[in-house]
Amino acid sequence: MAQITLDGIRHSYLAAPSGEQDWALKNMDMVWEDGGAYALLGSSGCGKTTLLNIISGLLMPTAGRVLFGEKEVTALPPDQRNIAQVFQFPVVYDTMTVYDNLAFPLRNRGLDEKTVDARVQEIAAMIDLTSSLHNRAAGLTADGKQKISLGRGLVRSDVNAILFDEPLTVIDPHLKWQLRSKLKELHHRVGATMIYVTHDQTEAMTFADQVVVMHGGRVVQAGTPVELFETPAHTFVGHFIGSPGMNILPAHICDGQVVTQGTVVLTTAGQRVAAQSGARLEVGVRPEHVYFAREGIEVEVLKVADSGRFRIVDTRHEQQLIRVLLSEAEPVPQGSARVAFRAEKTHLYVDQWRLTKGGDLR
Amino acid sequence: MITKTRNQKAWFLVLPVILLVAFNAIIPLMTVVNYSVQETFGDNLFFWEGVRWFEEVLHSPRFHEALVRQLTFTGIILLIEIPLGVMIALQMPRSGPWVSVCLVLMALPLLIPWNVVGAMWNIFALPDIGLLGRVLNATGLDYNFTRDPLAAWVTVILMDVWHWTSLVVLLAYAGLSSIPDAYYQAARIDGASRWAIFRYIQLPKMKRVLTIAVLLRFMDSFMIYTEPFVLTGGGPGNATTFLSIDLVKTALGQFDLGPAAAMSLIYFLIILLLSWLFYTLTMRNEGH
Repeated sequence: MAQITLDGIRHSYLAAPSGEQDWALKNMDMVWEDGGAYALLGSSGCGKTTLLNIISGLLMPTAGRVLFGEKEVTALPPDQRNIAQVFQFPVVYDTMTVYDNLAFPLRNRGLDEKTVDARVQEIAAMIDLTSSLHNRAAGLTADGKQKISLGRGLVRSDVNAILFDEPLTVIDPHLKWQLRSKLKELHHRVGATMIYVTHDQTEAMTFADQVVVMHGGRVVQAGTPVELFETPAHTFVGHFIGSPGMNILPAHICDGQVVTQGTVVLTTAGQRVAAQSGARLEVGVRPEHVYFAREGIEVEVLKVADSGRFRIVDTRHEQQLIRVLLSEAEPVPQGSARVAFRAEKTHLYVDQWRLTKGGDLR
Repeated sequence: MITKTRNQKAWFLVLPVILLVAFNAIIPLMTVVNYSVQETFGDNLFFWEGVRWFEEVLHSPRFHEALVRQLTFTGIILLIEIPLGVMIALQMPRSGPWVSVCLVLMALPLLIPWNVVGAMWNIFALPDIGLLGRVLNATGLDYNFTRDPLAAWVTVILMDVWHWTSLVVLLAYAGLSSIPDAYYQAARIDGASRWAIFRYIQLPKMKRVLTIAVLLRFMDSFMIYTEPFVLTGGGPGNATTFLSIDLVKTALGQFDLGPAAAMSLIYFLIILLLSWLFYTLTMRNEGH
């Protein structure tokens, strides 16, 4: 087991990348702590799978280094990295039994049958496959097959990390939850670093201690689910995390104060961006932190959606949509109303990156 | 029990197919059955003979020899074409511009009319003017397929391998392309050797198409007629007289329609039986 370090990783699938858009991964420095449970979250095509394949060694990065602990492994093939990877679609060796499937990685490494048997029995018990060990693997259901894929990774005692590439895509909804708790439990028992790629935020939030959000070939934020929710570092994170996503409104500075929709929403942040004129300014506030008030932005209430304990109210100021989240007890005004933002939960974004209290971006 | 209103009108929809099959398969087959149990001297005069022709054919050394030749030939070409086809398919690129080039090159032999294939190889292999014949003789080998049975066999087998391996390649390639990348990636992570990848991923995934390939090649080679007829005419002597050539000699050369009909039925049943046996055995373990 080891800490995984990505040092200046860049990757392009083209032989001669010219512009920014040719890079699937744009300069990435990351440290994955030993034993951590990470989720890699992002929309399709943002480079999640590319990053995963670089860590497992299926892909050689165009530039940069991959380190396991102190050892550089950039040029090592996957089988020498002691990595396990579970793919989107279950991979099982059809002609073999469940037992032989689990034994396969060990036999390939030339272990004696006694050791193989002990390990296989132990892992089978861990993933609840003991009773079907001698069945043909091809006959299992999708979640059983996915367990075999996982088991083939766990069976090696020297695994550095287990990588999951959207492993629950083909699993029935009611089994997803079960399998996910199983993964969590295994993480505690095995203690290996786990990196879990998904585009489903619920999956990411329930699985991981640290969620890494990727967008356009970059890591835009890495943090706990609460951090991602409360202080999104990038407008993409605000938009992507949370349901409904963050309200992102165009803004400008007037007399050192931040103004959106003709109304001052932040009184202090303005001075800090004065130096960065010419940049695109936006204000981000979660619907949870928007409320109906006497003073504020004048809006028209468009529609109310009931989502159980909450109501999502769509309002509009001129052409701008502003969402408000109300608990079921709160009254919803009719027709025109005014909304205000909780200032301490309202963030200013400069060219999509959040302006911190210290005046830095992100 | 749920009672359903029975509607028989749907039969009309399958009627065209039934008629088509009747005209191109059932009726001709029944005509052959008709000939096989009677003796005819032309003028539509028929005499009932029962199973006599069948007994005669089954006991004739001529039929036995042709059958042995046929089985040997089919066995040899299957043993060559299936592994060779799989090997070539494994070497073919999986993506890029060369894919279509390879596929077209592979499909070429399949597009040539069978009698042309025979004629081509005949000229190609002639010891005095053919490229192959001249080259072989120049290296000191005494090669003459019109005189030497062994040379004739080698030539017929070479021709069939050249003509039909492509079919196996195309089928195997189709099987290989259907394997998702994740399998190869998982195998690399599991530390599988090249052989293990072939044995546990590629071969199982090709099983169905290879079954079809073996069946097609078995049936086609068992019926082979045109190419050896044009190339060797069944000779030298009877060395390359396979079942179909023997059958045509009996039916059209000697006008023994009864024995020829009995022979074709026996021959049809052999193909049917062997194909069924092979298919049942290979598919026995499918499903769960």
